Amino acid sequence: MIAALIIVFREVFEAGLIIGIVLAVTRSVPNRNRWIGGGLVAGIAAACVVAIFAGGLSHLFAGMGQEVFNATILSIAVVMLTWHNVWMARHGRELAGDMRAIGQAVAEGSKSLLALAVVVAVAVLREGSEVVLFLYGVLASGDDTTVGVALGGFGGMLLGAATCALTYFGLLRIPMRALFGTTTVLIALLAAGMAAQAVAFLMQANWLTALDTVAWDSGWLLSDSSIIGRALHTLIGYTDQPTVMQLAVYLAVLLATFVLMRMFSTPAKMSRTAQA
Amino acid sequence: MFASISFRSVCVAVALAGVSLFGAIGARAQSTEIQISYKDKAFTPAEVSIPANTAVTFKVKNLSDKAMEFESKPLKIEKVIAAKSEAIINVRPQKAGQYKFVDEFNEDVAIGKVIVK
Repeated sequence: MIAALIIVFREVFEAGLIIGIVLAVTRSVPNRNRWIGGGLVAGIAAACVVAIFAGGLSHLFAGMGQEVFNATILSIAVVMLTWHNVWMARHGRELAGDMRAIGQAVAEGSKSLLALAVVVAVAVLREGSEVVLFLYGVLASGDDTTVGVALGGFGGMLLGAATCALTYFGLLRIPMRALFGTTTVLIALLAAGMAAQAVAFLMQANWLTALDTVAWDSGWLLSDSSIIGRALHTLIGYTDQPTVMQLAVYLAVLLATFVLMRMFSTPAKMSRTAQA
Repeated sequence: MFASISFRSVCVAVALAGVSLFGAIGARAQSTEIQISYKDKAFTPAEVSIPANTAVTFKVKNLSDKAMEFESKPLKIEKVIAAKSEAIINVRPQKAGQYKFVDEFNEDVAIGKVIVK
């Protein structure tokens, strides 16, 4: 039972953190629960589909279907997170301040919510399919241990939900004014970390072989399989043996986010255009 | 309007970054193949020896009627293998040493080891 609890918790932990952050980011956006809930349900449904077709998926791309699939959905999440940050750089002020602009911002806001709902779905889908396979395997076996394992699995999911709640309420303690800056940084790091993970999958598939030397090994300091290592892995993309390519992509995503946010958050230029 | 432009720009920027980084796609070297089978929560062979600094391929056959996840933290591998099916796993060139692998769903009993020398 404890083993099942640990396995399930480990898988849903990452999704819990991500959903907690997304909820905090969207705290003042109307209808956000519907979107985030939709992302959650879509993620669970997709996880079941992926679990059912796990065998078939593996055989795509000369046996590398799973890796390519993981890299693809991670990349989608990276694009969505980056786009959200750029969007917030443009409209965040309206949401927080000018009430007259809020009508338009709400209409526009649903686009940003869609992006974040996709992120939630991807987070749930990624680890969820493993939970489904694991629990299905145990339930199908019909051992005496089945009930215990089911309870453990359920407990693991509750712990995952608790992680989500802790992250959310933890972030809510940050004052509104500082929250925007904090979540922008959090989301940029989240995106960079996911991009580095996508690189890891492409390397595992041998699709990407350039710059594959390990940049450093900090496993002696903090293993990425420890609980803190795992949390940091999700939050900032920590890995104890990053390759040079992972580092390069990580930094590229951060730089791209920074540049795009600067490019599109030009209030001075914007007001001049509006006057003209 | 700007929002839609920015969305497209982000996509384009990411795609361009992707294309420029992926110059090295397709350099798939032929490598030694090693067969491992998995049944009743045990790997056969449970110990695999491979040469150092050489890429190898594991062909892992899951003979059990449940899915398993072949995982090795030190080798940076995680791959779900469906029931009664086979998966190809690329192992990148490694330094000499011992590397553990497990079925993540039964990680306390289903353990194997790669010896690189």
